[in-house]
Amino acid sequence: MERQIHIEPVTRIEGHGKITVFLDDKGDVRDAQFHVTELRGFEQFCVGRTMWEMPGLTARICGICPVSHILASAKACDAILAVRIPETARLLRRLMSLAQLVQSHALSFFYLSAPDFLLGWDSDPALRNVVGLVAANPDLARKGIRLRAFGQEAIDRLGGKRVHPAWAVPGGVNRALSEEDRAWMIAGLPEARATVQETLTLFKSSFGDPKERGVLGEYASLYMGLVGRDGVWEHYEGVLRIVDAKGHVVCEHDPARYAEIIQEASEPWSYLKFPYYVPKGYPDGMYRVGPLGRVNACDRFDTPLAQAELEEFRGRSGGRSGRVFDYHYARLIEALAALEEMAELLADDRITSPAIRAEAGVNAREGVGVHEAPRGTLIHHYWVDKDGIIEKLNLIVSTGHNNLAMNRAIREIAKAHIHKGKVSEGILNRIEGGIRAYDPCLSCSVHAVGQMPLVLNIVNASGELETTLSRD
Amino acid sequence: MESIAVKINGRGITTCPGRTILEVAEANGIRIPTLCHLKGLTDVGACRVCIVEVRGQFLTACTTGVADGMEILTDTEVVRAHRRTIVEMLFAEGNHVCSFCVSNGGCELQDLACEVGMQSVRIPYAYPRHRVDASHPRFLIDRDRCVLCGRCVRACGEIEGARTWDFAERGSGVRVITDLDVNWGQAETCTGCGKCVEVCPTGAIVRKGASNAEMGKNPEVVAQLAERRSHG
Repeated sequence: MERQIHIEPVTRIEGHGKITVFLDDKGDVRDAQFHVTELRGFEQFCVGRTMWEMPGLTARICGICPVSHILASAKACDAILAVRIPETARLLRRLMSLAQLVQSHALSFFYLSAPDFLLGWDSDPALRNVVGLVAANPDLARKGIRLRAFGQEAIDRLGGKRVHPAWAVPGGVNRALSEEDRAWMIAGLPEARATVQETLTLFKSSFGDPKERGVLGEYASLYMGLVGRDGVWEHYEGVLRIVDAKGHVVCEHDPARYAEIIQEASEPWSYLKFPYYVPKGYPDGMYRVGPLGRVNACDRFDTPLAQAELEEFRGRSGGRSGRVFDYHYARLIEALAALEEMAELLADDRITSPAIRAEAGVNAREGVGVHEAPRGTLIHHYWVDKDGIIEKLNLIVSTGHNNLAMNRAIREIAKAHIHKGKVSEGILNRIEGGIRAYDPCLSCSVHAVGQMPLVLNIVNASGELETTLSRD
Repeated sequence: MESIAVKINGRGITTCPGRTILEVAEANGIRIPTLCHLKGLTDVGACRVCIVEVRGQFLTACTTGVADGMEILTDTEVVRAHRRTIVEMLFAEGNHVCSFCVSNGGCELQDLACEVGMQSVRIPYAYPRHRVDASHPRFLIDRDRCVLCGRCVRACGEIEGARTWDFAERGSGVRVITDLDVNWGQAETCTGCGKCVEVCPTGAIVRKGASNAEMGKNPEVVAQLAERRSHG
């Protein structure tokens, strides 16, 4: 008899989603789907608002990575003003982008995902969370929490608040960095860097063997991310690069013309659209973004510690990695790169200049802002009337890019672990872990943060509920 | 000069006729919340926020003159409840979303909601549909955030003398307009002085280009101008 397994809701991710695993008559996995069940509607209700409100308005898409939306939005508005923002504003925006990367990666790694692989996939679900991590490894947990706090505090000191800082504006930023806040950040960097390096060492010693890192599946795909000159890792500007599974450059494209290479497909079972690389078609044009996407897409890091880690990572992986689990590895390398670049930016005396904003009117009727959010490439595209009122907008959010890949991941994991209909809680957690590795933000992707209990329904072919497993 | 005696909250006050309850209360350090009232402009009692109780009747303090023997209660439980409901009604009939408003943190309506202790809006929201008019080169009006206090209409007429702003329609359809309901950018009488921006208590009439929470205003400017002009 055919069966369906529902994991609903998926826990320790941002937002609400569920997973359905379809079993065939023999109880083996036929298919698996990741459904995003939220609907937000930003692309509708932003119409009619002024472009100057857009950074503050679209920041509300997310409470985890509002900075990314603010930056992508401000960049789209810069394009409408047709201005080049002052250099200090550019440096400050880069600084906040990096602080955001640090805090978000720390959240994903220490709070959401580390409990799985540091406490064990099959460990007691009641303790398999950040509280359990504190009990099992208080030193590491404390450091992880302090790392996130550092990133959050840096955002606060730059923008005036931790969440939704209305700081990046069309034409620049609206508050200069004080010498006091600059000194505070410089003082906090060594501890933050030490935490990331220590965690990388622990991670590599525990998961040095590529086989162990294959726990969440491995498959070839395209990878996408912004890169700077000479293919250097980027997060704020540059060109949109797509590489293949071997790291060969497939295309480098002007981000403003993203629509020529990326289109979105829809499926009836999810509110989240499925972007794909146009020349390869749907669904073959699957690509991955985010930490692994960026680390695979770039040729090198511009900072020495991250570059050394990249070389080791590529050595351990035999080139580009297709392992889902390596998202965690890439996340740590990126956190290190972020802290290194923060140090460079803060050492530059231009960082405290008061020249931070270019004033202009509406000089273009369309603007695109592309930014690398912690979870991947974020695209804001606005069309305005002559007065700057939004007529239409398109948002392609990081999690969306990974939609095809996440579905592929859960299918791989389910196929590897579910045989003859035997399903354990630990197996379900691995499937969820496959989603968690991508650190999806469903609230963002469909344009609510929550941890809810997991309920597993096994439904037979006639649609009757066979069994319910639940955990609080 | 003739003097009269009134009581505010049981306290005996000697004052002179021709003054409003609000003026007497303010002169004696008694706080009455206001919104449409602005020093330098004629009071019209549009918002009803300054209601006080006089012998069981609820009157607006800004437009009611004091009379000999008047007993005024400004802060009873009933007055406070009515004021809170009035503020809730102001919120319910517009589209006031503070989080991304240019006037967030610098908004008189927001301050008023805090002052009257508004925890939530118990009245169903009307969700009116308005169009943002950004046709003026320097300013814009978002009627979603307009509370129809009429300060813009009065400042434009009484201080600037341009009379660009006025009210149109009736009842729940009332809105402020420029000239004969043309886009602001096409209003020929507008001098672009910006007084309407300064006096608007919310994020309805603002400087174009201001982002989230960036809008600071100086409503006192009209009183200063009125004072200076009275001295010729």
